[in-house]
Amino acid sequence: MSLLTLENVTLKFGGVTAVNNLSMSVNEGEVFALVGPNGAGKSTVFNMISRFYTPVRGSITFDGQDLLKLRPHEVPKLGIARTFQNIELFERATVLQNLLVGRHRHRKTTLVEELFFAGRARAEERAHRHAVEEVIDFLDLQPYRDKMIAGLPYGVRKVVELARALATKPRLLLLDEPASGLSVEETQDMRWWIDDIRRQMGITVLMVEHDMGLVGKVCDRVLALADGAELAHGTPAEVQSHPAVIEAYLGTAAISKTANAKGERV
Amino acid sequence: MRFHFKTSYDQDIRLFPDGWTFSLYAALLVLMLVMPWLISDFYLGEMTNVLIWAVAGLGLMLLTGQTGQVSLGHSAFMALGCYLCVNFIEMGLPFLAAFLLAGVVTGIIGGIIAIPALRLHGVYLAIFTLALAILADDMIVILEPWTGGVNGYFAPEIWIFGVEVNRWVNPSAWYYLALGTSIFVALLYRNLLRSPLGRAFAAVRDSEISAQAMGVDVARTKTLAFGLSCAFAGLGGALMGLFAGAFNNETFNFLIAIQLLMMIIIGGLGFIHGAFLGAIVIAFLPQFLSILTDQMGSSSIPGLEVGVFGMILIAFILFEPMGLYGRWLKIRTWLELFPFARRDMFRRQKTYLKTERLR
Repeated sequence: MSLLTLENVTLKFGGVTAVNNLSMSVNEGEVFALVGPNGAGKSTVFNMISRFYTPVRGSITFDGQDLLKLRPHEVPKLGIARTFQNIELFERATVLQNLLVGRHRHRKTTLVEELFFAGRARAEERAHRHAVEEVIDFLDLQPYRDKMIAGLPYGVRKVVELARALATKPRLLLLDEPASGLSVEETQDMRWWIDDIRRQMGITVLMVEHDMGLVGKVCDRVLALADGAELAHGTPAEVQSHPAVIEAYLGTAAISKTANAKGERV
Repeated sequence: MRFHFKTSYDQDIRLFPDGWTFSLYAALLVLMLVMPWLISDFYLGEMTNVLIWAVAGLGLMLLTGQTGQVSLGHSAFMALGCYLCVNFIEMGLPFLAAFLLAGVVTGIIGGIIAIPALRLHGVYLAIFTLALAILADDMIVILEPWTGGVNGYFAPEIWIFGVEVNRWVNPSAWYYLALGTSIFVALLYRNLLRSPLGRAFAAVRDSEISAQAMGVDVARTKTLAFGLSCAFAGLGGALMGLFAGAFNNETFNFLIAIQLLMMIIIGGLGFIHGAFLGAIVIAFLPQFLSILTDQMGSSSIPGLEVGVFGMILIAFILFEPMGLYGRWLKIRTWLELFPFARRDMFRRQKTYLKTERLR
């Protein structure tokens, strides 16, 4: 069943059409990837789902709810969490505090309760910390729990971003280039984590990724974008061998070459 | 070197991480409580002044250090708190009720003013708040029936549970009032830091865009921060005016707001301790300078105080942006880790890539 649906979505920045009449649907429980060359509009799609951008036409629905009626901070309350391409962590706070911000959508305490740390405040705080520790455990972040973000290496920050998104206990996780800048081992870890997020936690994943190796291993379905429009969609293998995709990445000459290569093999 | 072996979440939630820290602060509290017997009335008055500045400083710290919104207009809210408090007393409320109510009302008015103000960013917000401070000066003159205009007000007598709090008759009572208020405000501040709202403040400061992506309502959070900040500043202002004995529009002019901002930068942005350390510098520097000029045999040099303040501020921004408390943290880390401390442990990484700012 379809969890997230985009229908005929178009977004323009002045005269530039960033996303052109795009329709897609992500089913509950699957891992779905958006691929495409730079500037294809992949991150723009994410930013529309997060409501940072509003499309000029089309509709976006999540579990039957119209996302376009919501303001950006209301989107996570439905259970949509995301990471950013150029890590956007809270630099002057520890890893633990960053993850605790992820719990914000579960905040039940009122201002007065928090000021005097009375009533539910303590019990709530314990519950938040318990939830966050589960994520720390899952992603092996224990050594960094009380470290400031400002001093952490890139690879760890990437994991902290994933952890912060998971701390919100989402139903849909948007990962913007989860493997960019990671080493081979770190990319391997990321692969197992994405598998586990889907299998153990039952979270639907929509990701943007350039590493086709990773996409091929973890994704059920792939949609290729170029210049804001759909090129192809299907299983990773189907999309990778689709002539339009090869043309967008490598140019027309490449198609005849691959065709030749195939012909020779036959 | 101490290691924390954590066995329960409460160890992170508690006010003090371990028994040692608790006993240090308990010792400090005892020292503060016996202060009236240790120092002369003159210095006790100066200590009271430090604590009053610290209360107002905690207010600005919450806004600037915690939420990352600059304000050059907090003198306006200090004035508002002061005149509200005096008017509530005149209306017959007991002092403590009038005082706390003045803080709450200042906070609410501050929050309402914040709604348009916090659509502005950076330097525009600074200019807007500076305009508020200058406007407040004129408003005090115009609203003469409630403020006494340029002639000002003489602080009414203060009675708390049958004890007269008078600076000349009973200086230690004033000291305890200021001490109690500063501890109360610091406790509220500390409670915020260990609950979701305080973390949302820091989130808004460090990255508005990902704060939104985590479900933090940025506009509402900023408004709350501004309101709370004004409430604390109002309490500080009420104490400052009443302690001065007489006050008019000049008492709370915009230079107070600028001094307040300098104070928290010198003390260390984003730390509760920073407000207190900064207050010590702000309150004692004029005394120190006048003693120094006396020793050198000259009469007071006009402009010396302001000049020295400026130099100190520039020196801190250049050499120690984390302020006095940041310097202490570095020294303490060096001692605790000796000999393993690295020189760049506190250096911030430069990031060249930033998610496009979506506005």
